[in-house]
Amino acid sequence: MDAAALTARFPSVRDLAGKDMPAYEVAGSDLLAVVKHLRDEQSFDLLADLCGVEWKDRTPRFGVVLHLLSTASKEYVRLHVPAVDDRVPSVSSLHPGANWHEREAYDMFGIRFDGHPDLRRILMWDGYPYHPLRKDFPLAGIEVPLPAADVAAVTGQAVEPAPMMGGPFVSHGGHMSEGEPAALDQSWTEERPKS
Amino acid sequence: MVKTDFGYNSKVEGEVIVTRADAVVNWVRSHSVWPMPMGLACCAIELMAAGGSRFDISRFGMEVMRFSPRQADCMIVAGTVTYKMAEVVRRIYDQMAEPKWVVAMGACASSGGMYRSYATLQGVDNIVPVDVYISGCPPRPEALLDGMMLLQEKIRKEGGSLRRTFKGRVVETKVVS
Repeated sequence: MDAAALTARFPSVRDLAGKDMPAYEVAGSDLLAVVKHLRDEQSFDLLADLCGVEWKDRTPRFGVVLHLLSTASKEYVRLHVPAVDDRVPSVSSLHPGANWHEREAYDMFGIRFDGHPDLRRILMWDGYPYHPLRKDFPLAGIEVPLPAADVAAVTGQAVEPAPMMGGPFVSHGGHMSEGEPAALDQSWTEERPKS
Repeated sequence: MVKTDFGYNSKVEGEVIVTRADAVVNWVRSHSVWPMPMGLACCAIELMAAGGSRFDISRFGMEVMRFSPRQADCMIVAGTVTYKMAEVVRRIYDQMAEPKWVVAMGACASSGGMYRSYATLQGVDNIVPVDVYISGCPPRPEALLDGMMLLQEKIRKEGGSLRRTFKGRVVETKVVS
């Protein structure tokens, strides 16, 4: 890829010196122009992935990472976009495939994508009150009512927390345990936080 | 329906077989189970294999897969039931005419399996009554056939098969003349 052309045109783009592929930090305000530049002038024509990221101790807390692939030169470039005020512009106007990726990032992290044509939850149901991949969301989940009130009334079932403690199918490396399979790290549970 | 020496004389009564009503009704029901594949994950692939020629579920009289709950009497829950899907599973179960049975196929449908998370119902028996649980992840088609034959065995032992039920409760039979 032509890194000089990118940084010359967008001086605010910061080179992150990616070890596996070229990586840049792009401000949200530049994102659409950068992606359009990479798509139209540097042949990065395929959006391989778009995902949300949470950095617990950083500001802003959330970010979005895009992987772009050039089908002409067979190389990748990675763009890191900090989500100021949990907002990032949507790239679905440039790469239609970003539509569902952005819905997933919204569903799991609560990142809003400005300009998205249909920003609804995609995995959880509409009206679910949490964003489950946030670090402050417990692994076991939080109890909420079932999405359908009539089904909940008949079955008495709610969305129940399922703690990993004593839970299923965690293999121990090296040897087969005689005991019942359980979560690997038993020092902490949902009630007793990790110290 | 074994011929016995007493209570039945073939010379007098001809081609008559004496048995209990339950036995006849249950015999018919158990050999014409119409399953509805509730295929939610990879277990559904094994379910399809069980319907194919190699395993041939029709050998046991339950090959009439119907994709409409109104025309089925056995729901095979094959796969991971998420909370989002749980609502649909329950609604489809409610739409099936009685008598009806439910088979939980595989670890996920039986207990949530390896999905122990905010999104997955920990066993479909939390929302619908389950008759047969089949272990496996996914179960082989033979295991499904074994489970279905277990269900047939269960159907044959059911009592009160002439009673009309609605939502699991016995209702009065009305005679319309």
